[in-house]
Amino acid sequence: MATRLSDHEVQQAIGGLLRLGVIIAAVVTCVGGALLLAQHGGDPVAHQTFQGEPAALESIVGIVRGALSFDGDAIAQFGLLLLIATPVARVAFTLVAFALQGDRKYVVITSIVLSLLVYALVFGKA
Amino acid sequence: MNLASLALLVGVGSLAAGLLGSLTGLGGGIIVVPMLTLLFHIDMRYAIGASLIAVIATSSGAAAAYVREGYTNVRVAILLEIATTIGALTGAMLSGYASPAKLSILFGVVLIATALRSFRPRAEHAILTTPDRLSAFFQLDSTYPTPSGPQRYSARRIPVGFALMLVGGVLSALLGIGAGIIKVLAMDQVMSLPFKVSTTTSNFMIGVTAAVSAAVYLHRGQIDPAISFPVMLGAGGGALLGARILTRADVRWLRPLFTAIVLVAAVEMLYKGVTGTI
Repeated sequence: MATRLSDHEVQQAIGGLLRLGVIIAAVVTCVGGALLLAQHGGDPVAHQTFQGEPAALESIVGIVRGALSFDGDAIAQFGLLLLIATPVARVAFTLVAFALQGDRKYVVITSIVLSLLVYALVFGKA
Repeated sequence: MNLASLALLVGVGSLAAGLLGSLTGLGGGIIVVPMLTLLFHIDMRYAIGASLIAVIATSSGAAAAYVREGYTNVRVAILLEIATTIGALTGAMLSGYASPAKLSILFGVVLIATALRSFRPRAEHAILTTPDRLSAFFQLDSTYPTPSGPQRYSARRIPVGFALMLVGGVLSALLGIGAGIIKVLAMDQVMSLPFKVSTTTSNFMIGVTAAVSAAVYLHRGQIDPAISFPVMLGAGGGALLGARILTRADVRWLRPLFTAIVLVAAVEMLYKGVTGTI
């Protein structure tokens, strides 16, 4: 039987996961941002008053759909979504690690945090 | 001004914010909202959304390094994240009812508290090694690396720390900041965790706390890609650069400069909030 996952190994893996998430998010956002400026760079700025975003940039499905059709706004937004999802992935990974360590108390605690995060990410209501 | 010039200027400003925040240890997030609203006249709601993106980008990069070095207490973080995420959801709900003017006043107050805090030397406390009942129950007792080898520590007054984290979560969501000051206060001064453990664990928690409200604001249309992408790349890049410089140069002189910027921003945010011109 394999030895139990040590806290040290978990820490190394979490660090790697966070770094990977930020790098991927940064690359996608960079590509999307460049495309966004190529498509709309000359547009006048209209952020002085709040108008909200088009519905397609407010939902996960809309953002993914827009990104697949090479819309710069949507690709940049997808990168930002990946960044927001990175801490969520970290908590999900921590949950798996606690489960592998057989730490039931922390499986429960981590599940509470993960449910709150997933709830916010999927439903977006507070 | 067109979108391309705005993105460039916002990117440069965010780079400076991320750099200063990382070099002074105060975090860049606190200055992003004042920059976007006061300098670029961007609506408070977009500014808060973009600032949360900056907070996640700057904290996650640093957190990745600290957690590998063994300073971060992952159990303390996840336990207290119950409080910060509930607080963040509450704050995101409250922000739907708060006017930009009220948020601006609250922001001014928090900026002043931040500036005052950076003047005051922190009160040293002994590292608690006698086990605390709750700390043992939640398995928070741990060790952290010191020059003379691993040092044992324990946590105490966990319920008080938990309550403070609720407040930290609310403020983080309402203002789009990391609220690291409150998190460090709760762990260092209240729970008696070692300072280095407190700051790194706070940094580790900031991303999760900010992700909750950022997700809610994304669904509310407060995350605008044209503003948020230069903020993310600028602030993230600035924080990365700061971490490199920090190991080689003495930058203590930057702290008064950053504190002065924070104070000027505080006065402006208070003034615009009181006169309702934000």
